[in-house]
Amino acid sequence: MGQQFVIEPVSRIEGHGKITITLDEQGKVADARLHVTQLRGFEKFCAGRPYTEMVALVERICGICPISHSLASARACDTIMGIRVPEAAAKLRQLLNCGEFIQSHALSFFYLSSPDLLLGMDSDPDNRNIFGVLQENPAFAQDGIRLRKIGQQVIEGFAGKRIHPSWVVPGGVNQPLSPEHRDQLLSLLPQGLEIIKRSLDFCKQSMDRYQGEIATFANFPSSFLGLVDEQGKLAHVEGKLRFIDGQGEIVADQVDPARYQEYIGEAVEKDSYLKSPYYKPLGYPEGIYRVGPAARLNVCNGITTPLAHQEWTEFRRQDQGPLLSSFYNHQARLIEILYCLETLERLLRDPDILSPRVRALGQANFPEGIGVVEAPRGTLFHHYQVDDNGLMTWANLIVATGNNNLAMNRGLLQVARHYLTGPKLTDAVINRLQAVIRAFDPCLSCSTHSLRSDGPAIQVLANDGQVLDCA
Amino acid sequence: MNHSPASRNSQENTPPPRILTLQIDGQDLSGRADETILEIARQNKIHIPTLCRLDGLSGHGGCRLCLVEISGQNRPVPACLTYPQEGMVISTASQRLQDYRRKILELLFSERNHVCAVCVSNGHCELQELAVELGLSHVRYEYLHPRLEVDGSHARFIRDPNRCVLCLRCVRVCAEVEGAHTWDVMGRGISSRVITDLNQAWGSSQSCTACGKCVQVCPTGALSEKGTSVAEMIKHRHFLPQLLAMRTNRRE
Repeated sequence: MGQQFVIEPVSRIEGHGKITITLDEQGKVADARLHVTQLRGFEKFCAGRPYTEMVALVERICGICPISHSLASARACDTIMGIRVPEAAAKLRQLLNCGEFIQSHALSFFYLSSPDLLLGMDSDPDNRNIFGVLQENPAFAQDGIRLRKIGQQVIEGFAGKRIHPSWVVPGGVNQPLSPEHRDQLLSLLPQGLEIIKRSLDFCKQSMDRYQGEIATFANFPSSFLGLVDEQGKLAHVEGKLRFIDGQGEIVADQVDPARYQEYIGEAVEKDSYLKSPYYKPLGYPEGIYRVGPAARLNVCNGITTPLAHQEWTEFRRQDQGPLLSSFYNHQARLIEILYCLETLERLLRDPDILSPRVRALGQANFPEGIGVVEAPRGTLFHHYQVDDNGLMTWANLIVATGNNNLAMNRGLLQVARHYLTGPKLTDAVINRLQAVIRAFDPCLSCSTHSLRSDGPAIQVLANDGQVLDCA
Repeated sequence: MNHSPASRNSQENTPPPRILTLQIDGQDLSGRADETILEIARQNKIHIPTLCRLDGLSGHGGCRLCLVEISGQNRPVPACLTYPQEGMVISTASQRLQDYRRKILELLFSERNHVCAVCVSNGHCELQELAVELGLSHVRYEYLHPRLEVDGSHARFIRDPNRCVLCLRCVRVCAEVEGAHTWDVMGRGISSRVITDLNQAWGSSQSCTACGKCVQVCPTGALSEKGTSVAEMIKHRHFLPQLLAMRTNRRE
């Protein structure tokens, strides 16, 4: 008789989810799935609201990456208005995004994942958290806390508020940057650069200790998607779509994000509120693709800032072709923080950055707008339709975490097959199942919201649905 | 300025208003018989919260936030519409009044949809300021959250009935100051809705002059300028006393 395990809730991730593992009649792992147990409903309840409110409304999707949602939304609204955003505003938006990447990646790496990396996957679960890290290596933990603070201070410096600011508006931003704020922001960067260099050294050194995890954490060929600039370099806010296959061959390049529907389909699964996007030319579910930090570093030809480019070269040298294991996301996050700090340094010294011309005004001139940016967790799509009065009639959001849904399930299956050898969930298995999800740093609250506390979060189920074990 | 003999005569023939003595919150005061308790209180720096009241528009008494107690009467009365009598003893801030005011605000918040964080008037809203002033920490009534259709048909303005508190400032300013009377009220009680002309889209109104006075006097985000994002709708109301003063001068 087949069996099924359920793990719920999955810990140290943003949002609420559970994992089920189904065993076949021989007791071997037949399937493993992540279920997102929340429903947010933003696509539906935004209908009827003026498009000018969308930036603020969609920010409420998330407290970690509201900036990404506001930027994707503002870009969709820019298209509805049919205006060209002033150059200074485009740069300011990019810099705000840098602040978010720094704080979000620092949260993922230091607060959520470093307990596994520093203390070990098999360490005492009671201690395997940020407090354990503080005890074991206080300087490292303080680096993480400080780096996240710098990210938040950057956001506050530009937008006036750390969470859910209302600075980004359709057409640009609503306040120019003052010289005082510029100087204050510049003063934060040297410490950030020191911390990230130390952290990258730590991360690279610890990679050797995790060869087992690297080999099994979603280590399989798949397509990758990310935004790139005109030269194919890493882009976060303004860029074109590039897909590569599992061997690293570019299969679609410089695709205008407005044409995303030609390349991406969305499948709906009955056991999760999270949609399963797929690469259309390969169909469902073969069109599995990955997004996020490692995917971005896999698809791009390099990075426009020198220190981050050097790290990227080292990163890519770890394997031929794209780095397939999602475990590499940890290292990729730190490289992206370095890129953001360097970008801040470069653009804050641009004299145009203080320009008072930061907003283009307009009305709803076109019925449709699509805005695509790279969020910390991957490519984020906002697609809106409005009526003649500028009121929203329809919205479609493909949230970064959603893009990775198929890959997360396959990663779970890989880990479950490797580590689960009997009908009992051991701590080693439970933590690695959660850690593979954590490597993707999914934001389940972003992706789909009803907090559910019923039942446990990792379950092992028999093939007749009977719960054999849970954690 | 033209001072016609007729107007001078009419001023000279009006008997001076009676001056009354009264007590507000323990202070012995005097005030004119033709001024409301609210006006006398304000002249003496006694603050009474208001919402539907706006200087320059007729009194409405709709929001009931300015309720005060008069010694000898069990029923509180709106200070904006009540005139003093000789020897009146008035209380403006008893525990009962403060409870009533908070309840009124709670009912207003629960009746429509006032999610400040995503509202164009966030940070510049009279309803929000009152909630802060009166210490409203939560709403005990169930939120009704009716889904009322936003009217974006006007070229310059947006009407969002979800944010409306039925203060009727828009109705009064349009009828009394602009003279267009585009706005009016439909329905009764909780079903009341502010409408344009014969309950038609604002953009199709034949009477609206697009002057924007209604938008500027609206205390919340119910009426706003098109294109404003969250927290960007700052209302400018200084036009109203200026406009009225200039008209008065012209008449004189």
